[in-house]
Amino acid sequence: MATMKFMCDAERCIECNGCVTACKNANEVEWGIQRRRVVTLDDGEPSEVSISVACMHCDDAPCIAVCPTETLYQRDDGIVLHDKDLCIGCGYCLYACPFGAPQFPQQSAFGERGKMDKCTFCAGGPADSKEEEYAKYGANRIDEGKLPLCAEMCSTKALLAGDAQEIADIFRQRVVRRGHEDGGWSGNPRADADSLAYDATQQG
Amino acid sequence: MSIAMRDSWRLALTALLVALMLVALGQQARAQDATPGEANPGQEAAFAVPAVDADAWRQIRSGETDANFRDSRAESTYNLINASGETWRQIRDRWVSPFGAIAILGMLAVLLVFYLVVGRQRLDEPRTGRKLLRWPVLDRALHWSVASLFILLGLTGLLLLYGKALLRPVFGDGAWAGLMTGTKTLHNYLGPLFAIMLLLVLARFLRHNLPKRHDLEWLRQGGGMVGKGHPDAGFANAGEKLWYWLLASVGLVVVVSGLVLDFPNFDQARDTMQWANVIHALGALGLTAVALGHIYIGTIGTEGVLEGMTHGYVDESWARQHHNLWYEEVKGKTDEAAPEEEKSDAPSASRPPG
Repeated sequence: MATMKFMCDAERCIECNGCVTACKNANEVEWGIQRRRVVTLDDGEPSEVSISVACMHCDDAPCIAVCPTETLYQRDDGIVLHDKDLCIGCGYCLYACPFGAPQFPQQSAFGERGKMDKCTFCAGGPADSKEEEYAKYGANRIDEGKLPLCAEMCSTKALLAGDAQEIADIFRQRVVRRGHEDGGWSGNPRADADSLAYDATQQG
Repeated sequence: MSIAMRDSWRLALTALLVALMLVALGQQARAQDATPGEANPGQEAAFAVPAVDADAWRQIRSGETDANFRDSRAESTYNLINASGETWRQIRDRWVSPFGAIAILGMLAVLLVFYLVVGRQRLDEPRTGRKLLRWPVLDRALHWSVASLFILLGLTGLLLLYGKALLRPVFGDGAWAGLMTGTKTLHNYLGPLFAIMLLLVLARFLRHNLPKRHDLEWLRQGGGMVGKGHPDAGFANAGEKLWYWLLASVGLVVVVSGLVLDFPNFDQARDTMQWANVIHALGALGLTAVALGHIYIGTIGTEGVLEGMTHGYVDESWARQHHNLWYEEVKGKTDEAAPEEEKSDAPSASRPPG
């Protein structure tokens, strides 16, 4: 079975926010919620770097672990989905998530937050009909054999989505093509000292 | 003549510039030819941006954002990665949850063993039938308001923490969703009410619970369990005072942390919420465990105690045995306490004697 993952090649991301717009449009996400965001670090400095972030569909996802109602669950293909009927709006997933993926439509007194919403990897969610599914969760492109629209529409192909193995292969080829001495994320002369396995901000 | 010379000089200069441009273009074209097919590490390294160093990376993981952080999401201060969420999850799931289960189940086990081994604390002397007013109606109303809110909040809180493991397998999706929605709504709306009632009851009972010298002796004798006879106690014994001050300290911490969690509309940072949640859960679970002890001592654990909180009056012999100093203070008022009227009011006049 495939394990679905997102990966953003920070070397290629040009902060166009096309992924954000594509996601909003594909899923008709409700006002005030933005499932995908583009983060820019060191804006305006020589080391400026941008990266597109949404739900990372973690293995051993913290949101699933802390949810009191089993709203969140992981499919066999690694996609983390949520069941809006079970959500009580406690906000625990928001506390736990390292990427700020879960969001709530409200933030009112007595913990009235409404139902949580987050990226579904364009795989919809539990519902009785196609219409209900679209209204609650947005598009189910995976069901139609398509990848998430954010990645499909990425103008520089910075954002990759799909089977982890295939994405890794594409990225590996890019790294080889780029010809870095010490891997795709780094051209850091101190790379030996900073033995960080995954560093989205280091460019080379 | 001079004009022609100037023209030829210009022509030569132009020719030189064109030649230079052609050479430059040629070099560029050759460079571009080389790019697509093969790697050129030197070239890419020349325009690649410098690396973000380890300190910057640590700062990102801390969740804090600096002046040059941009997020395309509206009103988001959420950094690229915020590792504190995982820390909170580990504290909550690996420490708080087991602690609560051990504290509460452990207390239940201790109480059960205590009841089976030691049994009920009987009255030393038979009831005299003369009643003393212990808890006026306002005190009782306050006590039972706080008590029922405490029990409701405790049960809903336990459901939020353990319900998924214990009850989820029993329910279908619909019933489970309804139960948990009700649970969270009750917990969130009764919480502030509990805060108000707790403050009232603490204010009302303060005068009974000021520490006295004889309380130390009471504690040293374990409330009469160690040694012979009963240690001195005023209106409230040292055990009750401890429970009072536990509620006045830990109880207030639980209330304040609960209010922090209950009102996200004040834009508390996520880190604040995480710590509030841990403190709230630890405090509330601890209090729940101690409350079980309070409930045991106040009901089946001691003969003649519950009627004080249900009807307001206690028997003279109970007062002499458990609160001798208070008894000395009020024994003259026995006759004024109108026990007859109280007895006729009591719906459960046929309480089993002793």
